[in-house]
Amino acid sequence: MKFAIIVFPGSNCDHDAHHAAQDVLGQQAECIWHKDTSLNGADVVILPGGFAHGDYLRTGAMARFSPIMSAVREFAGRGGPVVGICNGFQVLLEAGLLPGAMLRNVSLKYQCEFVHVRVDQVDTPFTCGATAGQVLRIPIGHGEGNYFAPPDLLRSIEANRQVVLRYADAAGRVSDDSNPNGSVNGIAAVCNEQRNVVGMMPHPERACESILGGGTDGLVILQSVVKWVTAGAHPAEKLALHAS
Amino acid sequence: MRARVFVTLKPSVFDPQGKVIADALHSLGYGGVGDVRQGKYFELDLAATEAAQARALAAEVADKLLANPVIESYRIEID
Repeated sequence: MKFAIIVFPGSNCDHDAHHAAQDVLGQQAECIWHKDTSLNGADVVILPGGFAHGDYLRTGAMARFSPIMSAVREFAGRGGPVVGICNGFQVLLEAGLLPGAMLRNVSLKYQCEFVHVRVDQVDTPFTCGATAGQVLRIPIGHGEGNYFAPPDLLRSIEANRQVVLRYADAAGRVSDDSNPNGSVNGIAAVCNEQRNVVGMMPHPERACESILGGGTDGLVILQSVVKWVTAGAHPAEKLALHAS
Repeated sequence: MRARVFVTLKPSVFDPQGKVIADALHSLGYGGVGDVRQGKYFELDLAATEAAQARALAAEVADKLLANPVIESYRIEID
């Protein structure tokens, strides 16, 4: 199977994502420049972390106008798995492919640290290899990861089970103490209603090799999508497959 | 013509920067300052010659790029 990693001017986690997909997971991976218009037959799309187009106006605000985003939108529309990591999450929010918006961290500081996240939903392409309630230790690095949704939208996101990961302690308890940025309801990752597009602030590609000393919990996320794609079924059938 | 676009977080959205600025002002002794909200200000030089046309164009670019409608609202002045 093949990963496409979208490279915007200012992306800086693209090579890490490419390395994780190709060298750690042993899959095909291709970096695709934002001015290209084709995903070249990829099975999975990663929007990596960084500072797309400099993030000068708002994080992710310019990237949604990049030519490649039409192909990403079309791919997502027919059920293809798409994950936005950190800045990639911010791009998906600005592009309207995911609900909500990002605010500055309540600390007003760039938070760069390992956090624990609890997997609340396992019927997405990026968490299907996890167990419900599993706690993962994965690093974050962001200044604007304070997820926000207005009350009505938040209710609908929660009712539709679109909160995929929440910041928690090592035992999986969600509290203000375990919330690094002020995100509403401790939200670290959300998916769209169709569940094939996921945005997450933690960086799974930074926690894939034990030699780096931070553990390998990020593999749970990336191996999930390999499992999802290699299962080979239509996304709707995969959901049923997983539920059974 | 020139359009001035003021983008601010909606009243229901917590503004961490505004809160820090308010706290700083209070610590400087400005007890008469209540809440502070920080925003963005844009000046657009427009080719339009009619105010209505200028306002419509400024609103279009504010909707499309300058403001995120999930968290922000904007106000336009034309001169």
